[in-house]
Amino acid sequence: MDALKKELKESIIEQLNLEDFTVEDIADDDTLFGDGLGLDSIDALELIVMLDKDYGIKLTDPNEGKAVFVSVEVLATYIAKHRTK
Amino acid sequence: MQPCYINSAVSISAQDTLDNSSFLENTISFEGQLAKAIHPNYKSFISPIASRRMATGVKMGIAAAKKALALAELETPDAIITGTGIGCIEDSEKFLNAILDNDEEFLTPTSFIQSTHNTVGAQIALTLKCKGYNVTYVQGAASFESAVLDGQLLLHENEAKTVLVGGTDELGKYLINDIILAEAAEKQPITTPFGEGAHFFSLSQSKQNNSFAAIKGLKIFNKATAETIKIKVEDFLKEYALTTENIDAIVLGKNGDAFDELYQSLQDSSFKSTPQLHYKHLCGEFFTASAFGFWTTANIIKHQHIPEVLKLNTIKKSSYKNILLYNQLKGQQHSFTLLTSC
Repeated sequence: MDALKKELKESIIEQLNLEDFTVEDIADDDTLFGDGLGLDSIDALELIVMLDKDYGIKLTDPNEGKAVFVSVEVLATYIAKHRTK
Repeated sequence: MQPCYINSAVSISAQDTLDNSSFLENTISFEGQLAKAIHPNYKSFISPIASRRMATGVKMGIAAAKKALALAELETPDAIITGTGIGCIEDSEKFLNAILDNDEEFLTPTSFIQSTHNTVGAQIALTLKCKGYNVTYVQGAASFESAVLDGQLLLHENEAKTVLVGGTDELGKYLINDIILAEAAEKQPITTPFGEGAHFFSLSQSKQNNSFAAIKGLKIFNKATAETIKIKVEDFLKEYALTTENIDAIVLGKNGDAFDELYQSLQDSSFKSTPQLHYKHLCGEFFTASAFGFWTTANIIKHQHIPEVLKLNTIKKSSYKNILLYNQLKGQQHSFTLLTSC
């Protein structure tokens, strides 16, 4: 699980161009949207595509997305359970 | 048309031009085929949250635009008009490559949103919260001149009192290699490197304390030959009651290719006794490179000094009042721009 969390943090930094962040700057339970990392709706779309492309998970229900993208911790748990690749 | 006044001129180019303390004093010469822009610390101009999705051209454009407004002591212009030949090619390439790499699946929105030609103008407006007139011109090598002409018309028609005009183009990573290959196959190819840059200017309807030059006239036309260009330039100057003898310097967009014969034709005839200047060896060739020429000319008028690196001949004038810019690319998209002191 730790390896997946690290991988996710690296992907988030790279895909969302968070130039000023390093893996160490993102805590497992940091809120991704709003006050935490400050991600927005465009980032949410980027993350949805990332889930599909890298882990074979298709998120179609917006409410499900809201729950999944709370933090790296929650996201990693969800991926571990639902990944198809 | 009434002249409009230049109150600030800002350049981000392959030379150290953003710093206003010197004017082309220590220039860089290029050995290779690319003249990449010298980038400032963009954090001084754009917040990290906003800049993380911006490609090179957008960052250059916003930084140059913001500095142009600051120098002109203007918070929000009435209009923002941008010229670009190739738009945000970096993001266009990224998006198109993602389509190919992922077999038309998994397309992310950011590079698509940022890949349009009007991204720079739009991002400047968003940054300034400027809801005024906002247009981007994409007219090849006459893109910047089209933006200036529109600005001039807005001021002349009293539809705006202040206008921010600029030109911006970025090198990108892939298309430029094809352009270099295509150019190498030409009999007489472009010999200057290929470049990039962003140039912005604050223009006003009336003369202000910080006005240092004026745009007297501008003409864009698509066709000319080494013979007809001499007549065209005389006709253009006649519109402003000037002759070639009244021109204190001519600034030419020479890039070394076969179409330099158009410039040479003017150098050998109408402007034989005029100081002749060039600039594309400093900034590289790109669709809005003429904006670097415009920046150079405005600064010559401001400083009343021509840096040695620009000179094609040794003729000097005691003062530089009227300076004519002539640019074209591959024998098309010609433009004459006449700047004057004020």
